[in-house]
Amino acid sequence: MSIDFCWRPLDALPPGQPGRVMAIGGGRGLALRLRSLGIRPGAVVRTVAQGPWRGPVLLEVDGCRVALGRGIARRIFVQPLP
Amino acid sequence: MPGRPRPRHRPPDLRPALAVNVRRIALVGQPNSGKSTLFNALVGWRAVASNFPGTTVEVLRGRANLAGRPAEVVDLPGIYSLAAQDPAERVARDFLLGEQVDLIVNVVDASLLSRSLSLTLELAELGIPMVVCLNMADEAEHKGIRIEREKLAELLGVPAVATVAARGVGLPELLAALPEAKVPRPPRYSADLERALAAVEALLPQISGLGGLPPRHAAARLFSSEPLPEGTPAAVREEVARIREDLARCRGEDPALVLVDERHALAARLFREVARVEHARVGWRERLDDLLMHPLLAYPILALVLFLLFWLTFRVGSALEGLLSPALEGLSSAAARALGEGLLAQALAGALDGIWAGLAIALPYLLPFYLLLALLEDVGYLPRIGFLLDGLMHRLGLHGKSVIPFLLGYGCSVPAVLATRILEEERDRYVTAALAVLVPCAARTVVVFGLVGRFLGPAPALALYLGNILVIALAGRLLRRFLPGLGPGLILEIPPYRVPGVCTTLGKVWLRLREFLKVAWPILIGSSAVLALVEALGWEGGLNQAARFLTWPLGLPPESGIPLAFGVLRKELALIMLIQAFRTSDLGSVLTAGQMLVFTVFTMFYMPCLATLAALRRELGWRRALLVLLGTTGLALLLGLLARAVAVLV
Repeated sequence: MSIDFCWRPLDALPPGQPGRVMAIGGGRGLALRLRSLGIRPGAVVRTVAQGPWRGPVLLEVDGCRVALGRGIARRIFVQPLP
Repeated sequence: MPGRPRPRHRPPDLRPALAVNVRRIALVGQPNSGKSTLFNALVGWRAVASNFPGTTVEVLRGRANLAGRPAEVVDLPGIYSLAAQDPAERVARDFLLGEQVDLIVNVVDASLLSRSLSLTLELAELGIPMVVCLNMADEAEHKGIRIEREKLAELLGVPAVATVAARGVGLPELLAALPEAKVPRPPRYSADLERALAAVEALLPQISGLGGLPPRHAAARLFSSEPLPEGTPAAVREEVARIREDLARCRGEDPALVLVDERHALAARLFREVARVEHARVGWRERLDDLLMHPLLAYPILALVLFLLFWLTFRVGSALEGLLSPALEGLSSAAARALGEGLLAQALAGALDGIWAGLAIALPYLLPFYLLLALLEDVGYLPRIGFLLDGLMHRLGLHGKSVIPFLLGYGCSVPAVLATRILEEERDRYVTAALAVLVPCAARTVVVFGLVGRFLGPAPALALYLGNILVIALAGRLLRRFLPGLGPGLILEIPPYRVPGVCTTLGKVWLRLREFLKVAWPILIGSSAVLALVEALGWEGGLNQAARFLTWPLGLPPESGIPLAFGVLRKELALIMLIQAFRTSDLGSVLTAGQMLVFTVFTMFYMPCLATLAALRRELGWRRALLVLLGTTGLALLLGLLARAVAVLV
């Protein structure tokens, strides 16, 4: 299976696939909040589960699990890692 | 806990000489790092400790005896950084900076060390003596993280101690380290950032209203996002803006983020120097989410868990009630006969009724319910329910984080209202608090199970819970129309699953039961005595007549007027007073099925009890608390009428 290495929003990262955070959209407050949970440009994240019906994304970052609403996950851009 | 000997809890006992005169010790750390567990271990059972971030939303104080000198130990809400973003974090920051704190115990979840060190470095800028407590050392080991404590202590310039607060491991060492606390070495940033911070620091004397903040911290704050205080000279204002802009231009990034990222980079370097990560063990706790968060299986499992919560409460509760009730009732009526006829004797008999009612009617349901809720909290399932219900909550104009206040609401509405502090947006807090008081608390569970459950069967009782959820959903949709706008969305840390510690869980159940025994039970006893007195004086007819405006449209017998009025003090009272008013605990013989249903529905929704109203006023203000009161009572009347109609039709 070939992996597409283009940036994509976090909610488009298939579960189990690791990705590197490249950019975070939105304001300073959101950026600070996400950074305090380890979600910052350069961090490696992995989707553990996705809630159905446009539900949130369960992420693993820095050995810790974080739930992000879909609206926030869409503003985080990741590059899939092999 | 798997068969290790648990050290007995010892009262703090310190080496005789404290280096500094420590009067106040603050426990500071990230959410869910175990501050409350440590606090309980230091001062005895005071704080509710659970496995979800944001359990503590207030400042809790306790006393410990440090080397014969009393010291105050303070448990603060968890903070990710000193740039507070929700009210719970603001409470912690304002306490730390506003009150005289002599010593910081930085409680760190050792299994999340790399992330936690950012806060440690930020605290190091405050210039307060500190000890680092590497808590949950067992979980770090499980994750394969090996920490060289001496090296960490040396690099930070403060003692570092490994603990497992839940089992009391490492507490003597922590206590022994307190006198060794030192002011930590503040972090050094890149040259350009250091220059910029120093330039802002030099301006501080010209800025008033920073209230004696540590200079480094004050500079960092002005530098990040905080607006300058009113009355700052325009020249200073411009100078600060220029320093920020210069840095922003050089780095191509918001100065606030530059600072946070540098601190993180320093923390990451520190982590690499003091810790090695060997391969982590992947056990059931990591795999459990594959099942419990499974897109298809998660929801049936959630429904089953919630069903079991109520079903087991009912089963155990009604069994206990059946066991206790006849004996205690017999005892109290025998006592009443022995006391005779006088006014005082009747009041005393009423008080006795209150005593047995608390023991035989309320406690049997409270005990299993609190125990099961505590288990859910400590396993770590609560935040996962937030994840699972995020989509549903969006339809109510809220997001998944609001699930935590809602679920706590099944225990008691007061902590539920306080827990809204974990929400970032004011509007979300208002809507969540207004809806959370509709969730039937344990006291209302006593009414539901003790009346509908006992006389109509468990199925109608469970149906009432489902109906309640439906009503909350509809009320949420309605509120969304009046209060549009939704915060940025769910950001919620999901802690690992943990095997609940027997001590932590039972301690929490005890804390909540103690609340019932200390506050609610005396109210129950006093109210029973008052009601007995009212009856002895022959006033109950008039009072019940006055409540007829409420009981008549609902089709309730006149005798239910006084019980509903007493229910405002405590919701269990509605049922207990009803039993007293009819002079029988076999309410099935005096009320029709429809009346029981209407009474229960009305009790479930009508105005929150006084303690909850006080909490609402504190969190939302008078006006909004009053609106919640009117709204819920109106809703209760409406639903009571609906229940009456349903009962007539069926």
